[in-house]
Amino acid sequence: MSLMQEMNERALELGVPLGVHLDVTYRCNERCVHCYLDHDDHGELTTVEIKDILQQLAEAGTFFLTLSGGEVLMRRDFFEILEHARDLKFNVRIKTNGVMIRKSEARRMRDLGVEQVQVSIYSRRPEIHDAITKLPGSLKRSIEAIRLLKSQGLKVAIANVLMTVNMGEHAGVQALAQELGVVYTLDPTITPKIDGDTSILNLRIPGSELKAVFHNKDLVGNVEEFCAPPPKPGEDVMEGYPCSAGHTAAYITPYGDVFPCVQFPLPSGNVRRQKFMYIWRNSPELNEVRSIRAKDLPVCSTCSHVGTCTRCPGLAYLEGSMRGPSTADCEKSFQRTGILSANMLRKAHAHSHGPLIQIQPFAA
Amino acid sequence: MSEKYIARSSQIAARMLGGEMMVMSSVDSTFFTLNEVATVIWQAADGHTPLAEIVARNVCDEFEVDIDIARRDAEQFVNELSHHGILLVSDCPFDISPGPVEAA
Repeated sequence: MSLMQEMNERALELGVPLGVHLDVTYRCNERCVHCYLDHDDHGELTTVEIKDILQQLAEAGTFFLTLSGGEVLMRRDFFEILEHARDLKFNVRIKTNGVMIRKSEARRMRDLGVEQVQVSIYSRRPEIHDAITKLPGSLKRSIEAIRLLKSQGLKVAIANVLMTVNMGEHAGVQALAQELGVVYTLDPTITPKIDGDTSILNLRIPGSELKAVFHNKDLVGNVEEFCAPPPKPGEDVMEGYPCSAGHTAAYITPYGDVFPCVQFPLPSGNVRRQKFMYIWRNSPELNEVRSIRAKDLPVCSTCSHVGTCTRCPGLAYLEGSMRGPSTADCEKSFQRTGILSANMLRKAHAHSHGPLIQIQPFAA
Repeated sequence: MSEKYIARSSQIAARMLGGEMMVMSSVDSTFFTLNEVATVIWQAADGHTPLAEIVARNVCDEFEVDIDIARRDAEQFVNELSHHGILLVSDCPFDISPGPVEAA
């Protein structure tokens, strides 16, 4: 077990929210076709409120802080917030489109000791990238930002969301990341909008493409290992938690709402009405999330993939039940291994055209 | 022990977790956990107090350990953290305050 895993285990035992994702705004200068947010300002947290929340998080033991949005630099006070976060010794990661980053912003992030800056790139071809962001010239500016951040010695990662409109582009983006000397991450997950609207899910790549991604050694490394059939789950798996959401991780919206995770929009309290730690310890919603073990999942506990599936309880929640399957993850498990999930088998059975009531002939 | 001054780098993240200090360098992402004694030295690294004084006052008095052993261990600890840029070491006091000690 690595030192980091040990710390995660300890945080879990102690009930410490080790990692918090704070969206400082939902406003954005891009209008990405797959974005799950509403970009209007409905009354964002003020500078003073955010500083107070950061103080509360530091006291709660939060170490990893992700500052994201929207576009973080749409807030004029972003560097004041960042400086305060670093004064409180958080390990800070920033998610940005980079469009508003010039040399002075890059230098400031370096001086403030930011751990990593993640920049979204969808294609290395402007006609594809800019069509997704709906901001002409955005690819050029994002790449320039990456160069500036790198030149300051900052660690940079390219986040490449894969969807129908940029399906064939990941090799180009990966090569771009290599040329720029930055980390490359690929994510084929498209989530419903935060208000539950599922209209953007038609951007999810088809199963055949997902299969190609999972069997691409340049993306996953050891394909045989990555796509291996799931081992028989042991008791530790059945007693285990699905992910860190609500256990050691939390998400705070620009309006102060607390969710278990950015992908798990279960309203659990609001830091404008209650202290963060009170919500973290006492929210019935968070406590319900924490109570769920793999063995409590009615469908997934019967699935051969239960120990290796990337099942997102947030996506399951958006599909109707936090204890239910996340069909996007069922699809991933299937395309990765070729083995149908319990949920897929259940649906196939329900949709089969056999007789509703089957009568077994009595064998004498 | 020669006169040494130590200061916490501004390029680190740090937090107490269950009685241990987690420290991570943003320069090379090296991650450390400090035990109770190391945490005391870390917290006292204000850039102005000589290491010898920190060891004598914060370590020997607090933990009732032999001064020679404490000095040797402190030197080793400081060398290791300074190698990763987590602690800054100088033979004269630092001009700039390393900032507030992280929340416990």
